[in-house]
Amino acid sequence: MKHFDVIVIGGGHAGLEAAAASARMGANTCLVTMSESDIGVMSCNPAIGGLGKGHLVREIDALDGVMGRLADQAGIQFRLLNRRKGPAVQGPRAQADRVLYRKAAQAEVKTISNLELVYAEVLGLILKNGRVEGVELADDLNLYAQAVILTSGTFLNGLIHIGDISKPAGRYGDKPSIKLADQMASLKLKLGRLKTGTPPRIAASSIDWTKVEKQEGDDEPTMFSFLNVAPTAQQVSCAITHTNEKTHQIIADNLSRSAMYGGHIEGVGPRYCPSIEDKIVRFAEKTSHQIFLEPESLTTDLIYPNGISTSLPMEVQVEYVQSIHGLEGAVIKQPGYAVEYDYVDPRSLKLTLELKSINGLYLAGQINGTTGYEEAAAQGLVAGANAAASVLDKEPILFSRTNSYIGVMLDDLVTRGVTEPYRMFTSRAEFRLSLRADNADQRLTPMGVSVGLVGSSRSVHFDKWIERLNTGKETLESVQLSPNQLQNEGITIKLDGVMRSGLDMLALPDVDVGVIEGLVPEAANLDQDVLAQIGREMTYANYLGRQQVDADRIRLEENTLIPLDFDYSDIKSLSNELRNKLQDFAPENLAQASRIEGMTPAALVTILGKLRFDRRGKKAS
Amino acid sequence: MDTIFALASAQGKAGVAVVRVSGPDSLAALQMLTGLDHFPDKPCLRAVVDKAGDLIDRALILAFPQGKSFTGEATVEFQLHGSPAIVKKVLAELNTIDNCRMADPGEFTRRAMANGQLDLAQVEGLADLLEAETESQRRQAISVFEGHLGRLATKWRTKLVRAGALLQAIIDFADEEVPEDVGPEVLDLVSSVQEELEKELLGYHAAERVRDGFKVAIVGKPNVGKSSLLNILAGRDVAITSDIAGTTRDLVEIHIDINGLAVSIVDTAGLRVTDDPLENLGIERAKTAAENADLRIFLGDDSGFETSIDTQSGDLHVYGKGDVQNAPAGSMGISSVSGDGIDNLRTALSDVLTSRAQRAGSLTRERHLFAVTDAKLTLAQVILTLKSGSYEPDLLAEDVRTATNHLGAIIGAVDVEDVLDVVFSSFCLGK
Repeated sequence: MKHFDVIVIGGGHAGLEAAAASARMGANTCLVTMSESDIGVMSCNPAIGGLGKGHLVREIDALDGVMGRLADQAGIQFRLLNRRKGPAVQGPRAQADRVLYRKAAQAEVKTISNLELVYAEVLGLILKNGRVEGVELADDLNLYAQAVILTSGTFLNGLIHIGDISKPAGRYGDKPSIKLADQMASLKLKLGRLKTGTPPRIAASSIDWTKVEKQEGDDEPTMFSFLNVAPTAQQVSCAITHTNEKTHQIIADNLSRSAMYGGHIEGVGPRYCPSIEDKIVRFAEKTSHQIFLEPESLTTDLIYPNGISTSLPMEVQVEYVQSIHGLEGAVIKQPGYAVEYDYVDPRSLKLTLELKSINGLYLAGQINGTTGYEEAAAQGLVAGANAAASVLDKEPILFSRTNSYIGVMLDDLVTRGVTEPYRMFTSRAEFRLSLRADNADQRLTPMGVSVGLVGSSRSVHFDKWIERLNTGKETLESVQLSPNQLQNEGITIKLDGVMRSGLDMLALPDVDVGVIEGLVPEAANLDQDVLAQIGREMTYANYLGRQQVDADRIRLEENTLIPLDFDYSDIKSLSNELRNKLQDFAPENLAQASRIEGMTPAALVTILGKLRFDRRGKKAS
Repeated sequence: MDTIFALASAQGKAGVAVVRVSGPDSLAALQMLTGLDHFPDKPCLRAVVDKAGDLIDRALILAFPQGKSFTGEATVEFQLHGSPAIVKKVLAELNTIDNCRMADPGEFTRRAMANGQLDLAQVEGLADLLEAETESQRRQAISVFEGHLGRLATKWRTKLVRAGALLQAIIDFADEEVPEDVGPEVLDLVSSVQEELEKELLGYHAAERVRDGFKVAIVGKPNVGKSSLLNILAGRDVAITSDIAGTTRDLVEIHIDINGLAVSIVDTAGLRVTDDPLENLGIERAKTAAENADLRIFLGDDSGFETSIDTQSGDLHVYGKGDVQNAPAGSMGISSVSGDGIDNLRTALSDVLTSRAQRAGSLTRERHLFAVTDAKLTLAQVILTLKSGSYEPDLLAEDVRTATNHLGAIIGAVDVEDVLDVVFSSFCLGK
């Protein structure tokens, strides 16, 4: 019998980040997974980051998490998406070598202190009086802990479909998984069903590379981690090809044989990741769709054709793939398939990802209705940090829509739930202009340091960077020019008589870091990375005031916490309907309460009133 | 933290109207409207002026420093004369201050609660009030949205959501098959919304008149029979009439219905040079009332019409005392003694006012006016940028989102899910 502070079940992206975060916080942590080879597996497309997702990876890195550093080690092609658009909407992305990523993850996990790895099957959770006490393993061994984090991906009633053939996915059929699934079912959590799909995998050697368009990585790769400056793996290019009318005809002729269209699937798929069947039905007028040919690894012969996920039978997959330019001789190494699974309605979670109904049990990753490695890892970090904080008797670590994409995701999940697999987009962040990938460290590292989530070497690295940035800003601020002087330099500006410092100049539409040296000669002495960062910050100077006011307003309501056991029954002015909703959902703060449908200003005021009154009552007693 | 303002007393005509401003920029608001650069210790009377420096009203100013007000925030209260026009003007001026916006229902109370200024009993009491206020606003909103504005709102919403979706699509799906340049379509969408917003703003003034009544002033030299005309229009003796010039000193106002339109008619002191200080005061008031009226009836005699007041489009010129003098050919003459020509005057008045009322737009409430004004300003920026030929999608998306939020009170809240719905139904996305 062994005791830990925190046990993490599952070694995927959520589990790995959860275990690492819990251990960094100083909690005695155990990671239970079937085998070492499960750790750091990329089960879907071989890429990390992108728009919104890249922001999440940066935020994980800012909190000293592992994903950014692993992706940098495994990256074989780096591209900064939206490079030509504003810095707020630039997202770092990389093709990641599956083999390298898994190796890096497995090496990393062994270096983490406070973390013990246990390779075993989990039979079930040990639950007592509404709280979790540990996990039961297959070999009659029990592990005990005050907090357990479940990151089991799609294992809840997972079902794989290829054409009209379906088979249970994961380890369904093995006793342990059934027991855990049954146990989850018995907890009376609200479940929903989702689906997602994958394309067939193609042998790289069977593709005619001369016929497809090459897509190179960036000349100057942008790394995920604030600690890294350049890739370490060999860099390769991807390629682009397209479906054609013949492809579409083959698919249309065989639609009824698709699991999706044959009526075998009840789960809801993501709108942003439709199967090729979906694309052809819903956008019938399009005669061609783009396909990215992405290498899975430097050392395997597999290509991931991004854009043609499917649940058609194998022989149809072969036929339509071979109709595509460059893929005429393609050999399919593994068929595409759709997978359906149950998820737990994330509205049953607190912002810490602890279940409201079971003390000490945290859920992270796909089980909460999200999709994507980055979304999973970010949740893992939140659950791990909070499970540790709770066990170590520290305050919960809360994220806000106003400070991070992590906060946006958590708030979206626990307040609104999901109707399709939840993926991050930059458009979900109303404070997008201030929540940038480039300033994730400035937004989150200090908070990470103060709660104990960030180690000393990262903290020192960050302090040095901030010092250099501040020196740079001071240099730019020390120079002041009048509107006339600026006009003489060819800058379009109103003659308003206001003196502008070098920093203010960077906020002018005509001035960027390329121009500033001509106006402020001292800028030439600054390091390029410092100047570039200051330039990014000043791009939005004129918008940040308004965003700040809105953010303050939200933060004020977020900071007004409502206890989960708050009694709504004696508030007279609530309608029965609203009272039931409030009691069911149990919002954690006033911002969440205000977003409940049917909420009225009067009801909010009375809730706030009773909150104050209760607190005062407690203080007095 | 932003600063909020609202009419804190009951809507409509009353003796006194209280406009409350709460938040960090209260002092800025006080300074802009009164020139005071600090919170006065005691209630004081100050001239309230607009940006151009024109007098709006004289108001009693009550200032409460942070921690000593109802909300707990720095607060200024303007006790104004209870005219809807004055209140409107003051609210419109406040709305021009950065980070200063009209309060949401119950927001003062919520801030008071948040700052620990109320106890539970007070809150329960206030909640009832608030419930009633919300309910009445809801009913009002429904009645507005069932009408013309409702149809407009749906159109605006569709167009703005699509404009937002186009911009978000090229940002969030940059790698995928989305159009390279959505600028022209976004420009089309926001320009057409912009045009309609402008039309509504023009109609606003007329709509306000339909709701609150048109103001008509009777203007003329002393003793041309202005008060007699007022009396016959009112159908009763409201004003004292006599043969002595300068009988009317103060403004006398009546409210009548002309062809279904509410009209208030003001009789003013005859305009002349006099040493009588009391009469001079009346003449000053007469001039102000005449200038501020929507329409003027110039009452003349054989010496012609009063010229110290400018004639504006639609104003009527009428010769009085038709029983003792004849109106020149082709002009309108009336006799308040015989009643001759009065029906003609009513018809002329009705024609002018009815045509103005028909121009009335659908905006009827301050909240809507501010929403449209703010949205129009933001969209103007968007249009300017798009017309310049180069734009930053991230900034433009933010501006379109801001404009859409401004219109939230009219078109309903637009959520990122609404935008994503349009993105996914318009473009085939997804790798």
